[in-house]
Amino acid sequence: MSDRTMDTVKQLSVRLASGEVSAVELAQDYLAKIQAANPALNAFVELNEAQTLIEARAADALRAAGQAGPLTGVPIAHKDIFCQTGWHARCGSKMLENFAAPYDAGLIERARAAGLVTLGRTNMDEFAMGSTNESSHYGVVHNPWQLDAVPGGSSGGSAAAVAAGIAPAASGTDTGGSIRQPAAFCGITGIKPTYGIVSRWGMIAYASSLDQGGPMAHTAEDCALLLNAFAGFDTRDATSLERAPEDYTRALDAPLAGLRIGVPKEFFGEGMSDDVRAAVEAALATFRTLGATTVEVSLPRSGYAVPAYYVIAPAEASSNLNRFDGVRYGYRAPEYRDLNDMYAKTRAQGFGEEVKRRILIGTYVLSHGYYDAYYLQAQRVRRLIADDYRAAFRDCDLILGPTTPTVAYGIGDKADDPLSMYLGDIYTTSVNLAGLPGMSIPCGFGAGGLPAGLPIGLQIVGNYFDEARMLGAAHRFQQATDWHLRTPPGKPT
Amino acid sequence: MSRTNWEVVIGLETHSQLNTTSKIFSGSPTAFGAEPNVQASAVDLALPGVLPVMNRAAVERAIRFGLAVGGEVAQRSVFARKNYFYPDLPKGYQISQYELPVVQGGTLTIRVGDGDKAYEKVVRLTRAHLEEDAGKSLHEDFHGMSGIDLNRAGTPLLEIVSEPDMSSSAEAVAYARALHALVRWVDICDGNMQEGSFRCDANVSVRRPGEPLGTRREIKNLNSFRFMQQAIDFEIQWQIEQIEDGHKIQQATVLFDPDTGETRAMRSKEDAHDYRYFPDPDLPPLVIAADWIERVRSEMPELPVALAARLQADCGLSPYDAAGLTASREMAQYYLDALAVAGAAQATQLPKLLANWVMGELAARLNREERDIAHSPVTPAQLSGLVTRIADGTISNNIAKKVFEALWSGEGGGNANAADAVIEAQGLKQVTDVSAIEPIIDEVLAANPKSVEEYRAGKDKAFNALVGQVMKASKGKASPAQVNELLKKKLQA
Repeated sequence: MSDRTMDTVKQLSVRLASGEVSAVELAQDYLAKIQAANPALNAFVELNEAQTLIEARAADALRAAGQAGPLTGVPIAHKDIFCQTGWHARCGSKMLENFAAPYDAGLIERARAAGLVTLGRTNMDEFAMGSTNESSHYGVVHNPWQLDAVPGGSSGGSAAAVAAGIAPAASGTDTGGSIRQPAAFCGITGIKPTYGIVSRWGMIAYASSLDQGGPMAHTAEDCALLLNAFAGFDTRDATSLERAPEDYTRALDAPLAGLRIGVPKEFFGEGMSDDVRAAVEAALATFRTLGATTVEVSLPRSGYAVPAYYVIAPAEASSNLNRFDGVRYGYRAPEYRDLNDMYAKTRAQGFGEEVKRRILIGTYVLSHGYYDAYYLQAQRVRRLIADDYRAAFRDCDLILGPTTPTVAYGIGDKADDPLSMYLGDIYTTSVNLAGLPGMSIPCGFGAGGLPAGLPIGLQIVGNYFDEARMLGAAHRFQQATDWHLRTPPGKPT
Repeated sequence: MSRTNWEVVIGLETHSQLNTTSKIFSGSPTAFGAEPNVQASAVDLALPGVLPVMNRAAVERAIRFGLAVGGEVAQRSVFARKNYFYPDLPKGYQISQYELPVVQGGTLTIRVGDGDKAYEKVVRLTRAHLEEDAGKSLHEDFHGMSGIDLNRAGTPLLEIVSEPDMSSSAEAVAYARALHALVRWVDICDGNMQEGSFRCDANVSVRRPGEPLGTRREIKNLNSFRFMQQAIDFEIQWQIEQIEDGHKIQQATVLFDPDTGETRAMRSKEDAHDYRYFPDPDLPPLVIAADWIERVRSEMPELPVALAARLQADCGLSPYDAAGLTASREMAQYYLDALAVAGAAQATQLPKLLANWVMGELAARLNREERDIAHSPVTPAQLSGLVTRIADGTISNNIAKKVFEALWSGEGGGNANAADAVIEAQGLKQVTDVSAIEPIIDEVLAANPKSVEEYRAGKDKAFNALVGQVMKASKGKASPAQVNELLKKKLQA
């Protein structure tokens, strides 16, 4: 492998273990790549070489002391939503422009404990609200496959950084598809675990009952290694699940013979583009070749997932974002008449349009007289959607389908049409509503980008706590295909 | 005044601060009086990404309360967010319980009035729910700005809501006193009203008999029983006058001004917030297993009502005495300790005599010096020793008061026999030797021929004067009964 830009976590782990490269060398190598590529991508919003090298030196010291784990010294980029000492946590918002947390998020603590070295903080949609990364106060992120296309969102900076090879891996968060959709748009692999597997402590909340952190990388194997680091019970998060630790790499080499793949007929209907359909069907054929069987299943209520999601998520967000009031930290309007004026101006100036839109929606659906018709109704729909999945999993082990109905679209294409952007979440939101694990892996290229086209994502949904099986199936697919190894053309250097 | 034509309806909401060492959703200490903001952690400050975790000790206290009032401890209750903006509310919402509170129902028996007019009433409780307190806004001493102290933010509260079962300020105060005694009795709240550990809101309305409920106004933050009585009386009178003058009562929140003795409106119904309650997605439902409730039940102290019944049955106390002694756990404990010292030797009238002393002389003296019965200078053993000497005729009740004063100032050596030591040292033992008293009587009769004459003429008053003279001449040591007897004999001779 002469071209190190596409090094996987696994490969880097081997090279670090053999002593071929040190954590400091690797960090410097990646920082140089970031310096070169980031101006065109805007994937990173904060770099701090001194901080990165402190961590890299500590990793090398651990290795010298014989205390290195499989990830010690491997570089990673963190989404700007995770609180992390030594770094800002701006969450894509002007509101938190000057905010630096005095504590580490649970995921960050675990990443540190595993010896992962922070390369920098990645761009994201403001407060994780968006599917294009256009809502970031720190500028749009460009898709490495085609710079005028969106990278997806909200973990768009993380996805673009990995796709461009300027970070081997990144953390992300997924509330309605924010790991899977940008992974699909950028041609990488990402997994949103079962709700409760990864601690939400220190992860700035968008919609608490849906938010879940997870890894984004080139391969399923890398995601399994990273999930081993990220997952685990945290007493500081009451929704964290207390379970025995598990090795998410344990099923990577399990044969696919006998695996029953459910294909929901509702995921192949209107709105799905032909290129996505063809790529997903080809991927299903590959799985059959590998010994799996496919069976049609039905998720009859999945059509209500997007409306239910866009009630529940904004409702929770409208309350979660109350704390950004200009009183204790963060942005405060420079001039105001009185307390209410201070609140109004601070929030009007500190939040962007998409955030304000969702706060307004959320405030509305929780209001007296509307609560039953919107919020309670959406919660009922949520239960029905979970019931649908439960029924489907009686006939299959995994559910496969497209991650998104189309490939990435152009920057600005949907900026004035939020509804159309929301509808891009039709395959992903139901997974969050049900609390299930979901991942996206590259499975082809579609129309659009030149010359190869833009990446297409295959979504794999598992039953609760079935991440190992999902990662195993994804790994076997990636052993048989090379979609995940393709590099963006005209790689920015 | 036409008050007799009106019915008063009062319901109380009481915020009882639970005496846990740490806050309800964070590990910060709850101690009162620290420097501003030193007891506010990242969670209490509502920094981004922080999460609440339920404090078991607060739940345990809610269970104790539920059992103490015979309410139903909910196996499953739900925390909800009450959304509003205020600088001392860091998250922009208060975590409370709304639709499913931890305790439902229950009753509190109150005693209203004194002596012959005293009566008992059973007040029904609607519910009790757990919630967090807000911080404090300090509007003085900041040069036109407001100071925010978040030490109190997150302090656990149990909000106890009564049914509108009270029909006078006296009943409301009796309820508040009984509740105050009970939360201290079961050791869930220190009851310190000056520090705001026990605060009441009173909902007051009036109506003509037979008419539907009138519109209520809520008097906020009553932190003394005296103010409660004044505020409710003023409010009742004000509402009656308004209606009699042809006005309608508008639903409102009012504050009581102790300086003017008046209530004034703080905000009307039109200004009422829409709090947009919804279940807090950061906290799973609070599930209380039956065995937890049973364990708490097994650790409960004997409740005041049960103890009062036992005192009536075992010690022959009147309902009034039994209720008085069980008005606080400390007083009851003092009485029981004193009774235990008297032990098997106790005369039959001793429990009653002891009750009189505890609620009479001792309570008055403690009250005058604003001392707590638990720290009484006269110990239960000493008082028991003193009352035993009254019961066995060693000293009279009047002399006993003298001995009590000596004990109060530490005379008698401070041990259990202090009363005997004082009686001995001051020679206060009652003189019952006829040969010692007869000469005194003869002297008194000789010195007061006029009184003797009057008595013989049929004036009973003159007899009392003579008794007084004899007692005086004996320096109080003669037994009044014996003096009576001997004097009568002499005069009739």
